[in-house]
Amino acid sequence: MARIKVKKTLAPGVRQFVVDAPLIARKAKAGQFVILRVCGEGERIPLTIADSDAATGELTIVFAEVGETTTKLGKLNAGEEILDLVGPLGKPTHLEKFGTVVCIAGGIGAAPVHPIVKALRKAGNEVITIMGSRNKDLMIFEEELRKVSSEVIITTDDGSSGRQGLVTEVLWELIEQGKKIDLVVAIGPVVMMQAVCHVTRDRCLPTVVSLNPIMVDGTGMCGACRVTVGGVTKFVCVDGPEFDGLKVDFDELKMRQRMYLAEEKRAFEEYKITCGGRC
Amino acid sequence: MSEQQVKKTPAVKQPRQDMPRQDPMVRKHNFSEVALGYTEEMALREASRCIECKKQPCSKGCPVNVDIPAFISLIKQKDYPGAINKIKETNSLPAVCGRVCPQEDQCEKYCTLGIKGESVAIGRLERFVADAAMAAGKTGKPALLPATGKKAAVVGSGPSGLAVAGDLIKKGHQVTIFEALHKAGGVLVYGIPEFRLPKQIVQTEVDYVAGLGAEVKCNFVVGLTMTVDELMTEAGFDAVYLGNGAGLPYFMNIPGENFNGVYSANEFLTRSNLMKAYSFPGNDTPIKVGKKVAVVGGGNVAMDSARTAIRLGAEEVYIVYRRSHAELPARKEEVENAEEEGVIFKLLNNPVAIIGDDKKWVKAIRCQRMELGEPDQSGRKKPVAVPGSEFDIEVNTVVIAIGQGANPLVASTTSALNTNKWGYIVTDERTGATSRPGVFAGGDIVTGAATVILAMGAGKIAARSIDRYLKDQPLLTAEEEAAAAVQDKK
Repeated sequence: MARIKVKKTLAPGVRQFVVDAPLIARKAKAGQFVILRVCGEGERIPLTIADSDAATGELTIVFAEVGETTTKLGKLNAGEEILDLVGPLGKPTHLEKFGTVVCIAGGIGAAPVHPIVKALRKAGNEVITIMGSRNKDLMIFEEELRKVSSEVIITTDDGSSGRQGLVTEVLWELIEQGKKIDLVVAIGPVVMMQAVCHVTRDRCLPTVVSLNPIMVDGTGMCGACRVTVGGVTKFVCVDGPEFDGLKVDFDELKMRQRMYLAEEKRAFEEYKITCGGRC
Repeated sequence: MSEQQVKKTPAVKQPRQDMPRQDPMVRKHNFSEVALGYTEEMALREASRCIECKKQPCSKGCPVNVDIPAFISLIKQKDYPGAINKIKETNSLPAVCGRVCPQEDQCEKYCTLGIKGESVAIGRLERFVADAAMAAGKTGKPALLPATGKKAAVVGSGPSGLAVAGDLIKKGHQVTIFEALHKAGGVLVYGIPEFRLPKQIVQTEVDYVAGLGAEVKCNFVVGLTMTVDELMTEAGFDAVYLGNGAGLPYFMNIPGENFNGVYSANEFLTRSNLMKAYSFPGNDTPIKVGKKVAVVGGGNVAMDSARTAIRLGAEEVYIVYRRSHAELPARKEEVENAEEEGVIFKLLNNPVAIIGDDKKWVKAIRCQRMELGEPDQSGRKKPVAVPGSEFDIEVNTVVIAIGQGANPLVASTTSALNTNKWGYIVTDERTGATSRPGVFAGGDIVTGAATVILAMGAGKIAARSIDRYLKDQPLLTAEEEAAAAVQDKK
């Protein structure tokens, strides 16, 4: 069990929890994730770690309430416990002094991008962070990312904050301007990561993406999270979650993420009718 | 039948008592246990068949050498607590082993009665006394030796880890069991279905070990949450037992294996057993089972998967196996159960591809017919493909149950620990010692996927060694220890 110390609403339907998880916080490195379960009948869902502090034993997670489990999770309050929390899982981000790194955060991808930017800066890199969201209200972690990035460029679909447009357009412009980019890191919706890789592939720019497929155990035991990278099947939970984006089969990933769409919808609808409160 | 009648008929002439089971037409719609267990009358009748022969070949066929004639003799005297205590001298999980051990290849294979007729149903009798003890709430609390102040970590809460933990606690050591999942029991919980091994029985066994004083820490992935090195240097554990199992599913590496609707048996069974997807949406974890399901493989895990698919509502379930019926590695009993429940055996067929629709969902499995050729290294006839024999079986779900390998999470994060070319941990099988002092291992992570009883047996051997290691005594094999004990008496 992990006690929630702080609960914040970052945007409509987007929550941040700071939880007391000293064992995980002690070991967590940028790029890793946790798996949690909210209640006795609950499913196991992976969430990328947004921040961790070994000294205080605090671990930060950010999630959007998009289905039954995340909605149940969002109903928990500070002082209450997350039933099961395990981690840190997966391989940490590979860190070295690359030179200039462009980190691209789409939507709530800004939360997991945060520790990576922090670590990349610490490793001596210049980090340009491009943040994208649908509108100003849905933009999260802007302040946090400004603190740790060398430069932050904001884009929104409707132009309500920063410039209007897509993150890929900003990336394209940076490349066109002749900016020397040594690495691109993209975290966000699969379509965004795929679009980023579409741009970087033409320029042969090394690109790292962090994948978030369906998982069960998270330790390599079940293979639910398999993804094709460079023609070879990998398990995201133990071989990832970060991969060479230029080699990932995104179309397969998109289909696999939709495997339980009907069931997820059904469960969420029934939950909203029958329970509505706590599970 | 009165006792007198029992005595009149020679034991060998009495038929082996059948196990009462749920009717196939009923059980294929529920997850309740299939085998219902002997009544007392049946158990007494079956026990009376044991002639208590001097050689006791049955005990020698048991991986943990249970004194079988002795416990059967106690059943004859209706001393059931005595019988369970006799079994528990060497077997910590009788209710589990009585259900899932392949007795036909172990104790019962060597039964003297089996030479000319049917062997004594030893497994069923073991289950009977274990269940009787559980029903009476008498799982017994053994005497614990005084606290030694030494700490042992047990990695994995499956059969091997539970056996080690129980034995070390009895020796007075402090024990913590680390489990990666949210529930203890390992393969007994996530792998073996409820209809073959009720989870309440596993919980009782876990509670028993916890009741003796072992701490059970779930949600703790050794190798990630803490490494073995950290457990020994920072967390103060004097010894570590690695019983983390062989949790890495094999796939076939054929085209189409990542289509939606293709599961590893591990995932399929974990969703159904551990996550209780069979009661979705009451439980939140979903599982997709189409009308037609192909399970690839012929072992117990394949049978479990096929029978789970039937219970989840599949109308046609195929076992696709590349050898013939005689080579099926599953227990005969499980094959029969599957056949009774309507599983269709597509034998001498090997999948070569999985075919998907335009939405990347499974729609068929392409197989190739096989013929049996010369025996291979395993002694079984080698399946040889018949050229041009490919054909498709239309299915909506495919479960790959062709075995599993070593999960590298623990071994790869532990220094000075030797593994073999398949990633299994190398041990001295007589002591369970690994290349690293203070670290012991057993079960599937050493042998590759095997049975519950073998994992438990390895745990018992390691527990004896860990006890000696913690007392700064040299490690001895069982024979050496017995010889030393005789020497001490002199």
